[in-house]
Amino acid sequence: MLSNIGIALVILVSILSSLIIYTASVNLKTSKQVISKNIYTLSLFQTTFTALSFFTLIIGFINSDFSLINVYENSHTAKPFFYKIAGTWGNHEGSLLLWINILVIFSYLFLIFNHSHDKKFRLYTLIIQNTLILGFLFFLLLNSNPFNSIYPIPLEGLGLNPILQDPALAIHPPLLYVGFVGCSIYFSAAMASLISGYGGKLFAKSIKTWVKISWCFQTLGIIVGSIWAYYELGWGGFWFWDPVENASLLPWFAITALMHSLIVLEKRNTLYTWVIILCLSVFILSVTGTFLVRSGILNSVHTFASDPSRGIYILLYLSLMIFSALIIFFLKYKKETNNFNLRSRETFILANNWFMVFFLVTVLIGILYPIFLDVLTNVKISVGPPFFNIVIIPLVIPLMFLMAIGPKFGWIKSQNKILYKILILICGAIVINLFIFYFFGAYSLLSNLIFIAAIFLILHSFSDIIKSIKKKVRFELPRIISHLGFGLLVFFIGINHQFSIEEDFNLKVGEVKKMNNYEINFEELKTKENKNYKAVIGIFKLINHRNNLTQNLKPEIRIYSNPETLTYEAAIKTKITSDLYLTMSNVSRSDYYNIKFQHKPFMIWIWISALMIALGGFIQLILKKK
Amino acid sequence: MKIKIFFFISYILIATSAYTSENQNNLLEVYKNLRCLVCQGQSIADSNSDFAATIKLVVQDQFKEGKTEDEIYKFLTSKYGEWIVYQPSFSKNNFLLWFLPYAVLIFGGFIIFAIVRKTKYNRVN
Amino acid sequence: MKNNILKIVIFSFVIFSLLVFWQGLKKNNNYDTKNLIGSKISKFHLIEINNINQYISEEDLKKNKFTLINFFASWCAPCRTEHKYLLSLTSKNKDIKIVGINFKDKKKNAINFLEELGNPYNFVGKDEDGKISILFGIYGIPESILIDSDLTIIKKIVGPIDNIQYNEILKLVQ
Repeated sequence: MLSNIGIALVILVSILSSLIIYTASVNLKTSKQVISKNIYTLSLFQTTFTALSFFTLIIGFINSDFSLINVYENSHTAKPFFYKIAGTWGNHEGSLLLWINILVIFSYLFLIFNHSHDKKFRLYTLIIQNTLILGFLFFLLLNSNPFNSIYPIPLEGLGLNPILQDPALAIHPPLLYVGFVGCSIYFSAAMASLISGYGGKLFAKSIKTWVKISWCFQTLGIIVGSIWAYYELGWGGFWFWDPVENASLLPWFAITALMHSLIVLEKRNTLYTWVIILCLSVFILSVTGTFLVRSGILNSVHTFASDPSRGIYILLYLSLMIFSALIIFFLKYKKETNNFNLRSRETFILANNWFMVFFLVTVLIGILYPIFLDVLTNVKISVGPPFFNIVIIPLVIPLMFLMAIGPKFGWIKSQNKILYKILILICGAIVINLFIFYFFGAYSLLSNLIFIAAIFLILHSFSDIIKSIKKKVRFELPRIISHLGFGLLVFFIGINHQFSIEEDFNLKVGEVKKMNNYEINFEELKTKENKNYKAVIGIFKLINHRNNLTQNLKPEIRIYSNPETLTYEAAIKTKITSDLYLTMSNVSRSDYYNIKFQHKPFMIWIWISALMIALGGFIQLILKKK
Repeated sequence: MKIKIFFFISYILIATSAYTSENQNNLLEVYKNLRCLVCQGQSIADSNSDFAATIKLVVQDQFKEGKTEDEIYKFLTSKYGEWIVYQPSFSKNNFLLWFLPYAVLIFGGFIIFAIVRKTKYNRVN
Repeated sequence: MKNNILKIVIFSFVIFSLLVFWQGLKKNNNYDTKNLIGSKISKFHLIEINNINQYISEEDLKKNKFTLINFFASWCAPCRTEHKYLLSLTSKNKDIKIVGINFKDKKKNAINFLEELGNPYNFVGKDEDGKISILFGIYGIPESILIDSDLTIIKKIVGPIDNIQYNEILKLVQ
C-alpha cells in the first residue's frame, strides 16, 4: 500500500514540476510585472507532496514495512526507533528522495523570498530548477525507486549494520545534502541571470543568503563527518583524504570562493562573470562528487553499495548539466572591465579565490588522476594523503597571512599605515612560536612557519574583536569568528601533529608495554553479551609517569550476529587538554592483540575551532535577518 | 613586482621540499603511507587485517637493516606495484599529477597580476 | 579568435573527461598484482617444515623446467578445494615441480592436513610469520605462482586454483 502511495506522490510531483515549467514559460511572455498566483500555488503543492512522499518512506521505516524493498534492505525490527528513521536517508534511494525534497524546498523558498527581484529572472530560475528536479525524479522513478515493492513480503529486514547506528552518522548526510543540493538554486539562478540579463549587485543580493546557507551546512556536514570518523572508525584520525571526503570538499572550496566574491559583486558591482562561473561550478562539482561516490568508480571506505547503472544515469545528468551551462554561458556572457588596485580589499578577496581554486584543482586532480590513468594506460596508482598534504599545506601559510591582513584594507584603495600594525603582530607571532619551540620541543622549519602564520591570524582576529567591541559594530564579527576559527584549527592541528604520541605494538594478556612517559598494562580480557552483539573487552591500565596518573581504558571488539560483522570500538578519553586513544584487535591464530595507542594534545580544540568556522557563517545569517 | 613573484615561487619550492624531507625514519609514517591491498581504502597503519600485520613485520625488519624509507617503498612497489604506496612517485607517469596544480597556481597568479597591472595602467592614463 | 579556441578547448576537455568517466565505470575496481608477470622472483631461503637443517633457495628452482610455488595453510578452507588440482598436476606432467609454503601455520596442523589430503609437494617449506610471502608478492591465501627455469613468473593465481586455471597451467607448461 505504501508503495503505491509513494509512487503516486512522486508521479504527482513530476506532473506538478512539468506544470510549473509550462506555466512559468507562459508567464514569461506576458507583460505583467508580477508572477501569476498559479505558480505560487503549484509550487506550494509541489513542496507539500514532495514532503509527503518523504514522510511516506519514513513511515515505512518506522513500521518496518518490508513490502518496500528499500525498507527490507536497510532496516530491521530490532533497530532502535531513532535509527529506523535515520535509515530512511542512510541508503542510496532514500537519500535521492531527500535530495529531491531539498531541491523542491529551495525552489519554493527562492520563489517566495525574492519578491523584489526581476520577474523574468525569477521565472527562469524556477524553470531551470524544475528541470533539474525533473531530471532527479526520472532518475528516481526509473532506476533508484525507494518505493519498489517486493512480494512475498519478507518477515525480517537485512539492515542492521552496527556501524551505521550512530547519532553523528544519522545527521551527517542531511547536513551535507543541504549544502550539496542547496547550491542547485544558485546554479539555476546563475543560468537565469545569464538568460534574462539580470546581473550585478541585484543578482548578488538575490543569491547571497542561499550561498551562505549552503556554505554553513556544507561546513557543518564535513565537520560532523570528521568527528564521527574520529570517534567511530577506530584509527585516531579525522581526515583521510579519502575520495568521498574529497568529493565533499570540492564544492566547499568553490562555495567559499563564491561567498567572498559575492561581497565584491555586491559592493563594487564587478566580478559578475567570475561569480557566474563559480555558481555554475558549485552544483556541477556536487553532482560530479555524487557520481564519483555512488557509481562504484572509486575504491573507498565510505562508498555506498555501488551499481554501474546508477553511474550511467548520473553521468548522463551531469553531461546534460555541464553542456547546457557551457552553451548558455558562452552565448550570453559579456566581457567585463575590472578595476583592482593592489592595496584594496577586492584584490585580497581575489587572492582568496586564487587559493581556493588552487586547493580545489589539487583535490580534483588527486581524485581524477588515478581514474584517468587507469582508463587510458591501465596503470593503477594510489593518490593518498601524502600528495594532498605536500601540495596543500605549504600554501596554507600564505593564505593565513592574507586572511589576516586582507580585511584590514578598505575598498578601492588603502593607505600604508596598516603595515605598522601588521609588523607588530608578526613579531608577536614569531615570539610566541619561539616560546613553543623552545619549551615544548623542536620541529621543522615548515612547522615553524605554520605556527607563525596561524598565531598571526589568531592575534589579528583577537585585535579585531577588541576593535569591534570598542566601536560597538557587529557586522565584522562573523568574519572575525570564522577566520579566527580557521587560524585556531590550523594551530591545533599543527600542535596535534607535532606533539602526538603514537605507538603500535602487540601485547598478550598480562604483559606490559613501556614507552617514554607511559606504561600500558594489559590487565585482562572480559566478554560481555549484549542485545545484538558480543563484546570482547580489554582492560588496560595506563600509567603516566610524568604526573603519576593512572587511567583505565577499555577498548572493545564487537561481534555482531545480524549481519555478521566485526567492529573495533576505540577507548577514547577526551579531556580539555588532550585525548587518550586506545584500540585493540586480535592477531589471527595467536594470543597476541595488536594495540594502537595515541596521546593527542588539544584534540577537542580541533573540533571547537572547526565549529567556530561554521559558527561565524551561522551568525551572519542571523544578523542579516535583523 | 618581479621580486615578489620570485620570492613566492622560491617559497613554494623550499616549503614543499622541506615538507617532503620531514619525517624520515619514522616507522608509523611508513605504515601510514602504505596501502592495505585487501581492505577498502585503509592504510597499513589503520588496518587490522592479516596482510597489514605481515607487512608491518617486513617493514620493521628492513628498518632494522638500515634501509631508508624510499628503499622500503621501492621494494614493496617491485612486489605489489605502485598501488601499494600512497604517495605517487615522481615519475614520467605522474608528471601531470604533480605539475598541473602548480601550473594552475602560477596561471591564477598571472591573471591577478595582469588585472592589477591594467588597473594601474588605466589609472595613470 | 582567441575566444573560439578557448571554447573549443573547454568543450573538448569536457567531452574527453565524460568519456573517460564512462569507460571508468566499466573497469574493475579490485586491484591485483598481475603486473608481476614477466618479472623474476627474488632471492629466498626456505626451511623445510620438518627439518631445520634442510632448505632450498631460488638457485635450486633453476633445476626445474617449471615450478609451481603454492602458499597454503591448514586453517584455510579454499586450500582444501584446490588441493586435488595440485595432486593432479604432479601426475599429469613430469616437468612441473610443486613447492609448498606453509603460511602462518603450526607444523602439526600442516602435517595432518597433508596426511589427510595427500602431499603433492616436492618440498614443503614453512613461513611462520608470513615474511616470505611478501618476497613473492603474496597478499591472500591460497595463492600460487608459476615460474620457469629462468625464475621468471609466467602465471599468478590469487585464490584457489579452479578447473579453468588448472587447464591454463597445463597449457603453459607444454
